[in-house]
Amino acid sequence: MDSSVLQTTVVPLLYLLSAVLFIFGLKGLTRVRSARRGNAIAALAMLIAVAGTLLQQEVIHWRWIVAGLAIGGLIGAVAALKVAMTAMPEMVALFNGSGGAASALVALSQVWSKKIEAGAPGTPLELLGTAPGVTTVLAVLIGTLTLSGSVVAYMKLAGKMRGAPILLPGRHAINALLLLASLVLGSLAMATVTDVATLELLLWVVVAASLALGVMLVIPIGGADMPVVISLLNSYSGVAAAMTGFVLQNNVLIISGALVGASGLILTNIMCVAMNRTLANVLFGGFGAEETTGGGKHEYQNVRSGGVEEAALILESAESVIFVPGYGLAVAQAQHTVRELAEELERRGTKVSYGIHPVAGRMPGHMNVLLAEADVPYEQLLEMDVVNPEFKNTDVVIVVGANDVVNPAAKKTPGSPIYGMPILEVYEAGTVIVIKRSLSPGFAGIKNELFEYPNTMMLFEDAKKAVQGILTELKEL
Amino acid sequence: MMGALLVGLYVFVLAIFVGFEIITKIPPTLHTPLMSGANAISGITLVGALVAANSQRATTASILGLLAIITATINVVGGFMVTDRMLAMFGQKKPKKS
Repeated sequence: MDSSVLQTTVVPLLYLLSAVLFIFGLKGLTRVRSARRGNAIAALAMLIAVAGTLLQQEVIHWRWIVAGLAIGGLIGAVAALKVAMTAMPEMVALFNGSGGAASALVALSQVWSKKIEAGAPGTPLELLGTAPGVTTVLAVLIGTLTLSGSVVAYMKLAGKMRGAPILLPGRHAINALLLLASLVLGSLAMATVTDVATLELLLWVVVAASLALGVMLVIPIGGADMPVVISLLNSYSGVAAAMTGFVLQNNVLIISGALVGASGLILTNIMCVAMNRTLANVLFGGFGAEETTGGGKHEYQNVRSGGVEEAALILESAESVIFVPGYGLAVAQAQHTVRELAEELERRGTKVSYGIHPVAGRMPGHMNVLLAEADVPYEQLLEMDVVNPEFKNTDVVIVVGANDVVNPAAKKTPGSPIYGMPILEVYEAGTVIVIKRSLSPGFAGIKNELFEYPNTMMLFEDAKKAVQGILTELKEL
Repeated sequence: MMGALLVGLYVFVLAIFVGFEIITKIPPTLHTPLMSGANAISGITLVGALVAANSQRATTASILGLLAIITATINVVGGFMVTDRMLAMFGQKKPKKS
């Protein structure tokens, strides 16, 4: 085959095939049954795009390519096989960052190879073309801030940094300045600078400003808002890939990047709706900072607490039980123990299901993954809208490490910071057993009236120990 | 006659709509695999990285390209593998212990 036909027709068609397969792959993810195959189809799409790219290049210098693929592949594979399901949010955060970094690096590399190292006269814009020149700045800006923002999100999630919001005075002005500096200096560099040294300097300033901006955007966001931040950074990493697609004038990058961008945005929106907050409020509000410092202590009265024996007795006579897991379940790694208790209950003829709030955990769908890991059948995992009407016909609800998402103040106390947030209405059930280490407030920093309800029993214990204890007691009954 | 930027923009905007249509149908149960899968897909930048690193010499451009290949491959390999690992857990049907 003529090599020019290959490059102008065959490879673009391969890219088209790849883009179509990415879409089919995502479509597969709309059902649990077809999801695994969908993921495999998307991986095949990636393979086709990579093979096409290698075909297109006239001379392939394998040195860097093989080294890069081997190192990256090894790191990725080890990370994917080793990561605990409880640590999935941290890992996704880091992957977001590396995706953003890759896009920024590709865009920068273009400027170096076409202008700085080519020794050609003219501005980068003239040498790269208008569209690639303009989008280079955006690819570098978005890619780089995704990297630094993701690293901060990772540190907050992994507990290497305090989860509480860090609110710098004048942060909005600083952010605006950093954004403006990146865009203006970057555009000036691309459109007007012909001198190589000045261009390099300006590009590094843009990188530094974007890195700083990424950090500044994430540090004011509290731990409980991490599902929103991860979703948003996920979206950014896609947009950065799409921008790199503009730089390289490659449609498969633009399409895949857009798909990821859309996906991240949808998840961001779902998370915001589930917390009854606007995206602007999450990003700029510093939610959780004022309340915890100014709120003082929360007094509780008439709290009924009991031990594992009492809980086991209540469960013994229950006909229906719903578990409501929260982040505390992940922290205590209690998912397997919960499943064991559920199986014991089912063996005794009790109907068991799980009520999952959209923002339970630290990323979208976090609880579902943990419970799936523990072999809980996914048919038992009920979404908020499905499970809420069920509570009033349920004998016992066991809340494991969740707090704000079951706080009745969201429905009953106008003026509460979480008023209007959709919650799991567990208080409708006959008895609510809340497993929690203390009466300390959740991330919203507010009192949970549920703990004072007459049908609530508090079980002050680590989630895993408590569930294990109930299981042992129940088996003896 | 449209400029390259405009054509790209058409593709970008239409692809976003396709993304919205499909992804809104994905159930909350699969949101975490969706994120890690989307992560893998955003590693498509690897295509650009391969072009950037196609050089014999150790120039700044090819070093940036090498780093781009490494980071993009982490996304691609790690993303698809971890998604598969998670989805395998969802799919399994073990006989109920009694």
